[in-house]
Amino acid sequence: MTYEELLTQTALENEKVIVMTAENRALIRNLPNLLGKRFIDTGITEQTLIGAAAGLALRGRTPVVHALASFLTMRAFEFFRTDAGIANLPVKLSGFIPGFLSDANGPTHQAIEDISLMRGIPNVTVFAPADEDDLVKMLPTIWNSAQPAYTRINTRQTNFVHQPFEMGKAEVVSIGTDVTILTYGLLFEQALVAVDILKKEGLSTGLINMRSLKPVDEQAILETAALSDLVVTLEDHFVTGGLYSIVAEVLLKHAKTARVMPMALKDKWFKPALLPQVLQHEGFTGKQIAENILGYKTSYTQSQISLPEFSE
Amino acid sequence: MTVSSLDYKTLEERSLRVREHVIGLSTNGGCFIGASLSAVDLIVYLYSEFLNINQSNLADPNRDYLFLSKGHDVPALYGTFVELGLLEKTRLQNHLSTEDHIYWHPNTNIPGVEFHSGSLGHLPSVAIGVAMDLKICGSSNKVVCILGDGELNEGTCWEAILVASAHKLDNLIFVVDRNFFQANARTEELIPLEPLADKFLAFGAAVKRVDGHSFTELHQAFSAYPFESGKPNVVIADTVRGKGLPSIQERADRWFCNFSADEVEQLLLELHGQHQTTLTSETLIVR
Repeated sequence: MTYEELLTQTALENEKVIVMTAENRALIRNLPNLLGKRFIDTGITEQTLIGAAAGLALRGRTPVVHALASFLTMRAFEFFRTDAGIANLPVKLSGFIPGFLSDANGPTHQAIEDISLMRGIPNVTVFAPADEDDLVKMLPTIWNSAQPAYTRINTRQTNFVHQPFEMGKAEVVSIGTDVTILTYGLLFEQALVAVDILKKEGLSTGLINMRSLKPVDEQAILETAALSDLVVTLEDHFVTGGLYSIVAEVLLKHAKTARVMPMALKDKWFKPALLPQVLQHEGFTGKQIAENILGYKTSYTQSQISLPEFSE
Repeated sequence: MTVSSLDYKTLEERSLRVREHVIGLSTNGGCFIGASLSAVDLIVYLYSEFLNINQSNLADPNRDYLFLSKGHDVPALYGTFVELGLLEKTRLQNHLSTEDHIYWHPNTNIPGVEFHSGSLGHLPSVAIGVAMDLKICGSSNKVVCILGDGELNEGTCWEAILVASAHKLDNLIFVVDRNFFQANARTEELIPLEPLADKFLAFGAAVKRVDGHSFTELHQAFSAYPFESGKPNVVIADTVRGKGLPSIQERADRWFCNFSADEVEQLLLELHGQHQTTLTSETLIVR
């Protein structure tokens, strides 16, 4: 099932759902005709979009709100914080091209502080699915919740079949005593490659797809820290405020410590290019991730990385 | 145009009582008195004559909505709520106390407040969302959003007018409390707004401009709602900041005021035309 198919089915079944966009229709092209008045395009007005979504939610609707992740979370930050956050209204943000998925757009479009910003707002929940299968397994729970939510939309295809989603629960793919990679979003795809290499190199390797960053699965983090000699946080986000920070907060809260290696964007925007080259340039291909953890080069071949499927 | 007759005596009495409440809130921590007094007649008129909002329908989806976007004029709203029986008068004594929810900006803990505000330029879009839903539901209810003229500096007000026009929200009425002041300065000296009606017209709204202290003019304008089919309505209400108190009217340094108890007594006399107050308290404490 695709994102658009799920949204169509959900909106047709539930009169409360309103589909909104600030002229970003890449994933919802068929919805205007199907939903009529329940499809609302406010034009390139992210702030008005979110304010209006709050107004609709005040009337008992569940608006699913689409725009590019950077503009949704930053241009309209205060509207989301003040109108959806303070009022705790079920406004559901669908952020397109978050993180590395903005590939060649440039730093204006790079939402790599979105997790940090969104999780800082009381009442707001934050999600980052690994691929489209994960996305469609997570969204029904996210949309059914009464709280405001931000979801990093990721419609990439992998061969991985995900487990059912539970709010606040991570997906434990495997457990390792030498190293465990905690990740979210499109880097899950590369983490699978990295785990394969690490295992071939003889390391007991674990992989956890975080999925829900707020509420976060504290238990999964604590168990990983207790079991694994090295914890790697892997994310297409600034090192500040994302998963590395979340892990640090959880460990401190429970008076635990661990060897944690952050793989994130360290106080810089990434080099704009097509996605496969971005990953290569920034050191985030599966092979590079594995080599970074191992501390030496290997002769494995990096599988081809597909281009993102849609633009604005 | 047929305009129903108004009970001027009741409206004027009510406005006077509300102004007394506003003055009463301008001590022990103070309030935004000037911007509250300019909005009193507007708010009293809207709740008394125009809006279908009362004690019994506050939770009914088939009611009208009023959004107070300028926010810091909330003493005028709470004063009106007291006069309409929506808020117990004794609660005004809890102003700025943690024991209650009556502080410098509106919040939904007070029955009758539809949405919190304080950050300017927000409620035009929230009002749009409600107006859109009323349209989707086929409801004939209407939505009023009161804006400050200083608030019109915010780009999101203009973004909202564009969107309201594009979506033909003729069930939405933006009311501008045009008191010609923003926090510290006269609007026309800082960010000039005139010709203001032309700006709204150019953005696709149907516009009326009235004396915001004349119940006759307010009633004529609002009786013509909806002004034009398919267009959002704008009422520019020309007002006087501090209306009712000559000692603070037209003065840029009387925005936020925290008066002594003695000054409040004198201001109440001034409101009733019996006194000209000499104010010595420090004013324009920017909060």
